[in-house]
Amino acid sequence: MPALPLHEAGAYVAAAYAVFATVLMAYVAIMSRHVSRVRREVADLRDELAHDREE
Amino acid sequence: MSRAARIPRLEAAAAVTLGLALTLVFFYAPIDADQGFVQKIFYLHVPLAIVTLGGFLAGGVLAALCLGTGDREWDLRSYVAIHLSLILSLPVLATGAIWARAAWGHWWVWSEPTLVSFLIVFLLFCCYQPLRFAIEDPELQARAASVFAVLGGAFVPLNFIAVRLAQPLTHPRVLSATGGAMPGAMRLTFLVSLAAMLLVFLSLFRLEAARKAAARELKRIRRERHARAAVA
Repeated sequence: MPALPLHEAGAYVAAAYAVFATVLMAYVAIMSRHVSRVRREVADLRDELAHDREE
Repeated sequence: MSRAARIPRLEAAAAVTLGLALTLVFFYAPIDADQGFVQKIFYLHVPLAIVTLGGFLAGGVLAALCLGTGDREWDLRSYVAIHLSLILSLPVLATGAIWARAAWGHWWVWSEPTLVSFLIVFLLFCCYQPLRFAIEDPELQARAASVFAVLGGAFVPLNFIAVRLAQPLTHPRVLSATGGAMPGAMRLTFLVSLAAMLLVFLSLFRLEAARKAAARELKRIRRERHARAAVA
């Protein structure tokens, strides 16, 4: 196939890089949500352990 | 230096290398004489595919270490490598399809061994997660998942060799003795892109492994605490 003109090729290139950026950002966002949950659980556990010690 | 202090450095290196790779792709690498501007997808698609297949292979090696030592930490690392590779396989398939549509006029070519072999590897490892989480006993889960990962990991280089021996149709062969006959500027851009993808993978791997290890440790402490409370 002959090379596509720039305006047409640009859309394909932009789409490819956008797919990668979207997957990467979605993954990082999901992971940061999980990290927040682990942090919250650690804080809860700390409170529970402090409560146990008081008893 | 502590492990915690090293993580941001790795992430920073990944971000800088990724930025450098993008700069080289769009402002340094020449426009391909044959494919034109659409060839820029090459610098994303090929390094991502190499790192993804390397991740599956690493998953197999780490699983073999788990089977050899009996240490479940290796299984966790193997799981994270496979999990990340599965996620990154999605942009590999998507960018490949976009590039194929632009260069060949088809989203997918079923007669092309390179495309079909990657899809087979992807679908094979898609079975890993259901198998893993179908087993509740942690020891048995680690062993069964490791056996699967070793067999799947061994399939990756075998698959690569089989594709090399097969008749190439439309998909070019990049990893060859001539380096795909790339000129210097293109080769440099490709190598920097490959390094960027590798650093992105390693950064995500370390973060994900640390998070999963912390979650597992939390679960263990909670279990022990509940057991102690039940005894008391």
